[in-house]
Amino acid sequence: MSADAVVVGAGLAGLTAGVRLAEAGLRTTLVGKGPGAMHLAPATIDVLGYAPDLVERPAAALPSFVAERPDHPYARLSADTVASSAEWLSAHVPPLAYVGTLEENYLLPTAVGVPKPSAFVPEAMAAGDLRSGGRFAFAGLRALKDFYPALLADNLSQAKLPTGVTVDARAVHLSDPGTEADVSPLGYARMFEDREFRSVVAAELLPRLEPGESVGFPSVLGLHEHRTTWLDLQDRLGRPVFEVPTLPPSVAGIRLFHALRDAFLAAGGRLLIGSTAAGAETKDGVVTHVVIQTAAARPTPIEARWFVLATGGFAEGAIFLDSYGEVHESVFGLAVSGVPAAGEPRFVPRYFDDQPMGRAGIAVDERLRPLDADGNVAFRNLFTAGAALGGAEPWRELSGNGLALASGFAVASAIVEWAS
Amino acid sequence: MDTMEWVRGSLDHCVKCTICETFCPVSNVTPLFPGPKYVGPQLERFRTDDGSPDASLDYCSGCGICTTVCPQGVKIAEINSQARAKMKAQRGIPLRDRIIARPSAMGKVGTPLAPIANFFLKNHAFRWLVERTLRVHRKAPMPLFAGRTFQSWARRHPPLTPATKAIVYFHGCSANHFEPRVAQMAVAVLEHNGYRVIVPRQDCCGLPLQSNGLFDDARRYVRKLARNLEPYARRGYDIVATSTSCGLMLKREAREILELEDDEDLRTVSAHMFDICEFLLSLHERGALRTDFRPLDMRVPYHAPCQQQGHGIGKPALELFGLIPGLEVVDSDVACCGVAGTYGLKTEKYDIAMEVGAPLFRQVTAVATEVAACDSETCRWQITRATGIPSVHPVELLYRAYGLS
Repeated sequence: MSADAVVVGAGLAGLTAGVRLAEAGLRTTLVGKGPGAMHLAPATIDVLGYAPDLVERPAAALPSFVAERPDHPYARLSADTVASSAEWLSAHVPPLAYVGTLEENYLLPTAVGVPKPSAFVPEAMAAGDLRSGGRFAFAGLRALKDFYPALLADNLSQAKLPTGVTVDARAVHLSDPGTEADVSPLGYARMFEDREFRSVVAAELLPRLEPGESVGFPSVLGLHEHRTTWLDLQDRLGRPVFEVPTLPPSVAGIRLFHALRDAFLAAGGRLLIGSTAAGAETKDGVVTHVVIQTAAARPTPIEARWFVLATGGFAEGAIFLDSYGEVHESVFGLAVSGVPAAGEPRFVPRYFDDQPMGRAGIAVDERLRPLDADGNVAFRNLFTAGAALGGAEPWRELSGNGLALASGFAVASAIVEWAS
Repeated sequence: MDTMEWVRGSLDHCVKCTICETFCPVSNVTPLFPGPKYVGPQLERFRTDDGSPDASLDYCSGCGICTTVCPQGVKIAEINSQARAKMKAQRGIPLRDRIIARPSAMGKVGTPLAPIANFFLKNHAFRWLVERTLRVHRKAPMPLFAGRTFQSWARRHPPLTPATKAIVYFHGCSANHFEPRVAQMAVAVLEHNGYRVIVPRQDCCGLPLQSNGLFDDARRYVRKLARNLEPYARRGYDIVATSTSCGLMLKREAREILELEDDEDLRTVSAHMFDICEFLLSLHERGALRTDFRPLDMRVPYHAPCQQQGHGIGKPALELFGLIPGLEVVDSDVACCGVAGTYGLKTEKYDIAMEVGAPLFRQVTAVATEVAACDSETCRWQITRATGIPSVHPVELLYRAYGLS
């Protein structure tokens, strides 16, 4: 097979790069072992939430954040790039109608009632903003596992908000006309697309709401017809309705995945899901092929001029620790930086503490090209985006999607500029 | 580590992310199947030699989408296929499953009697009787016998001369007994591109037996087929398949599900096996595909079957269609038509199969001006049965556009 550009990885970083490259007219192939983490995560674009204290204004916080962390990927991504990437995303997923700016973070409730800072959010989540306080009712669906509105409301009522305001939150459990079966968020998303189902839900909920209350639902308000589903429910209830991201599967994330995948295919991209990028061929400091493993018992090389590594980090198996304590990158065999020296502790017991291995990843130059162990560009035509980038701790900083989107956006810019 | 341990051992990579469950076409329409993660990596831990604590596994259609989308590389469909075979061996395999899993045996009986056999297959009373006795749904799609096999046609077909290139064609049972025209069109398209087409003797690949849990019989068939094809592969010939499911069986499924990773013949065949659209597109990328296509002014819904997606090659048919002037193609983007080989024929699963395919049927009906296109025979029969719209293999559109008809 051959292409102009090959992107490895079908998460937010890979698809963002893929869509931009294909739309720029490059013959682009995207190889993904499976869909990436979008199916699992809320679709919010968290740029910077903690540094390490709560960040209210990411644009203002970023300069000192990167000054203190020169190896952080944000040190290679200007605030303009981050903002442009969010604008680009909004324009490419119109039904999700992203709102927000880099100037300030929303504080949206999580499923367990923690106020979480996010810069750009789907419009259907925005009314859950807690910064001004307010009165909230959280609707519970009986058969939906992992979403307990009483826990959510209770935690939220006790949450300390930076603005000093208080939140008045309570749970409303619906008797749930849905089903007796074990239903996933996706099952509910399909049910909510049915007008009849919405009318039954609204009829039960409406008399139990108090004046001035906004209503939070788990993010199951439609899949393919999300916007009409959400707006219709808001009409029926006559008050702001918002979604709270659920545990996996995340319907909000699946909507984002569908939108980007469809944009990629519409731009003429070639999508290979289910194949594994098993290695690469290189020559004189240039990658010539990515070798994929399809169903057949033969390697399939894909020749291209540019390559994007967007395979993720440890969680995705893109970077892995072997039994000798060595850390490897799985496709190109790149050097992994930030690995504690032999004999030094690699992990500490508390998960959310500063993990010595936490920042391990691919070190890059200013154009996001991987560096080798000596700090030189490993391959001139290979770029890196997303969770493979070293120097970040997305789960502590709340920066994962912001980094994925901005770096996917930036590598595509670098390649398109090179190609012209 | 033997194949069994490797396939089964992959369940330790499951991080319970539920991505497979969001894609599973069956669990998304019926609570009878709780989903691939639940039935696969989770329940597998509770299965012992004494059996499975849960029989919902039987409602897995075996479409394989779960494995295709698993980002951790868990062999979910393969684990389930193996577990189902064990479960069925313990609980007994219905006579029906033993019959419908042998298309080539059916073909051998039906072909000489085609007019009579087809009369019965089209007869409502007979189908009702079959439903009552064997539990094959009376409305399920059933192909008709062509009366003359593709093999007999191929034996009399003069080889292309002069030809500098040769290729081996694996036609599968359905093209042999039910749709020899598909195979003849594939030969014509390959010959149009300068290939002498070699048609070795061949029988069933064993896929329907494998799907129905008859692993020992499936192994016998696939080993014999691999033995017949291997001498060509060893000499460097590529092998193309028009039956995308059977091609996948030879590429990967038999090695993993039937634990035949050690079968050298099969590995060699797999290394040279191509889906026909995959092969033609690779020719095009090398500038070796003839593109003297005449316009086809039609709008065609295209459905890439679940098993085609298992190849991990994208959708080469779509790119080939893009070379044909005037042809407007709408990609179905539906995971599965529901029939999944023999699943949708079974009375207790027919309604599920129809519901799985419902979005596809709606789209086919809305889009098609003349025909729908699809790479797998059982899916084509299902689409045609459900919509009344003729469904063709992608090579038929190439054949028409080349003006070979």
